[in-house]
Amino acid sequence: MTRLDLTRVPYVKALLVSRWPQLLVRAAALGGFIFAILAGLFGTPVGSRNFSIIVVWIAWWALLMLVAVPLLGRGWCSICPIPMPGEWLQQGAVLGPRSPSPGRGQRRRWPRALRNIWVQNGCFVLLALFSAVVLTQPLVTALVLAAFLLVAIGTGLAFERRAFCRHLCPVGGFIGLYSQLSPIELRVRDTSVCAGHTEKSCYTGSADGYGCPWNVFPATMTTNAYCGLCMECLRTCPLDNVIISVRPFGADLPGRRGTRMDEAYKALIMLGSAIVYAAVFLGPWGWLKATAYSVGSAAWWGYAVVFLTAVLGALPGLFYLAVRGGKQLSGSTLATGRAFARYASALVPLGLAAWIAFSLSFVFASASYLWPVLSDPMGWGWDVLGTAGTDWSPYFSGLVPGLQVVVLLGGLWWASAMTRRIAADGHARDQAARQALPVIIFHLLVTVGLLWLLVG
Amino acid sequence: MALPPVLRRPHRKWLLWGIAGLAIAVVPVSLPAARPAERHVRLEASSFAFAPAVIAVNRGDRVTLELVATDVVHGLYLDGYDLSVTADPGQPATLSFVADRPGTFRFRCSVTCGPLHPFMIGKLRVGSNGLLWRAVALSVLAAVAGAWSVRR
Repeated sequence: MTRLDLTRVPYVKALLVSRWPQLLVRAAALGGFIFAILAGLFGTPVGSRNFSIIVVWIAWWALLMLVAVPLLGRGWCSICPIPMPGEWLQQGAVLGPRSPSPGRGQRRRWPRALRNIWVQNGCFVLLALFSAVVLTQPLVTALVLAAFLLVAIGTGLAFERRAFCRHLCPVGGFIGLYSQLSPIELRVRDTSVCAGHTEKSCYTGSADGYGCPWNVFPATMTTNAYCGLCMECLRTCPLDNVIISVRPFGADLPGRRGTRMDEAYKALIMLGSAIVYAAVFLGPWGWLKATAYSVGSAAWWGYAVVFLTAVLGALPGLFYLAVRGGKQLSGSTLATGRAFARYASALVPLGLAAWIAFSLSFVFASASYLWPVLSDPMGWGWDVLGTAGTDWSPYFSGLVPGLQVVVLLGGLWWASAMTRRIAADGHARDQAARQALPVIIFHLLVTVGLLWLLVG
Repeated sequence: MALPPVLRRPHRKWLLWGIAGLAIAVVPVSLPAARPAERHVRLEASSFAFAPAVIAVNRGDRVTLELVATDVVHGLYLDGYDLSVTADPGQPATLSFVADRPGTFRFRCSVTCGPLHPFMIGKLRVGSNGLLWRAVALSVLAAVAGAWSVRR
């Protein structure tokens, strides 16, 4: 498959290897992150006039889901400010490693039983369950962001590397899932070079940089899912064998045999959450929004049960039935559990399409809140940039439904193609078609459901 | 039935898919239209819902929406028509227009009214939702085309 090695361009490689550009961007992001916390804690409680709500859940989310994830994969993770303070304390350094390290990190290994993304899955489900309050209340947003920061600092001091990013961060969980589709990847140029290199400084670290903070061994990396594009291996490899490439979209997924059950569930959780979000936030049912918002009430507990059942039980259950149906139709001898995990790869493009389609609606409808908030981030009556009086006005309201349809159709096409490809692996043509059919029907029904919710 | 030789090359089959998709997307479908009528709808806005949440009218109807704010100031912005109106509590406001564009259009609160304000949404259905039906048909085509594209 064709790759374009960006590190062959000298100034690109210099930009990526140098710590300063990344540090400056991350420092700015950290400043914005802390300001968002302060705005949420001390600013106006009116969400549409508060920096924390508008910049985090409109501007940042739009850039993340509409640009960064589809085009740059884990690009956000490469500049994410959340792990920075914890790393500084862990390593005792801001720029590059110092020897001996004066850091205060305990550097314990992450517990073996938790070396998966089940905890990340749980964290995302929790966040999604409370999202009606998180997305609309500046104080709650501030507390969530502060919690992220404190947990990242705590895990940075207790455990080695970026344990928070790799095993806990709910945002990183889905960024990793969908980064498998992106046209950017970090890989080694030649694995035989790595085989002959005994120091493995990409993983162990050197005077030039840290061992992979994401606990990934670049030489054996076959997916973007767990590489945070931190560039440490680019800095530590003495053999110029680590490269950043542009590649075809979705190159990680075709025929990927190693999908685990936690990854399969992540794909289902994300898809299910997109469906629920579309119903709750973009539907015309005010009672549903009020129920999702009234945390702690009896109605909310009912909503929580329905939400958890739908996302963790019903949708995975339907998918299981589809996979099992395909097995029975085709007479395949592949274990249902393995088939479930493998076919879940096809949910990645479907899920990303669902989230993009969902995001298009509320982002363009609410983007104009950004201008007054930039002038008056706390809602205290400032007018720093002269835009505080800008009226709300939705953007592209006539175009958004058509865009949503195009995105969902693209996701469905891709999911169907992937499903057919997975079914063809080890099966004759007719058998593969029968095996894929129920799963493709599942994709179709999910897409039609989303179409009804978003443009119906 | 085997395809004629001229259509057996893969790129020509993609052309067929494309033509089918285009036909579904753009070929006009004329449905019997009801005689345009005057419609007056009393629309009550409260945090954070409109009642009725879904309004159905026929294409060509002259629609008058009477927006009644029941608790705080609410506004209404109609997607696709780019129309808006604001009502204070106790002071209903009206918005009149001809529903000349078919489809389903969201209307949303245009005046900050509380935490869930950005999600205070209703729907206006003007005639048949052609976009949805075409999208469903295209979905079937996309699913089949996706599976066909990697058949082996």
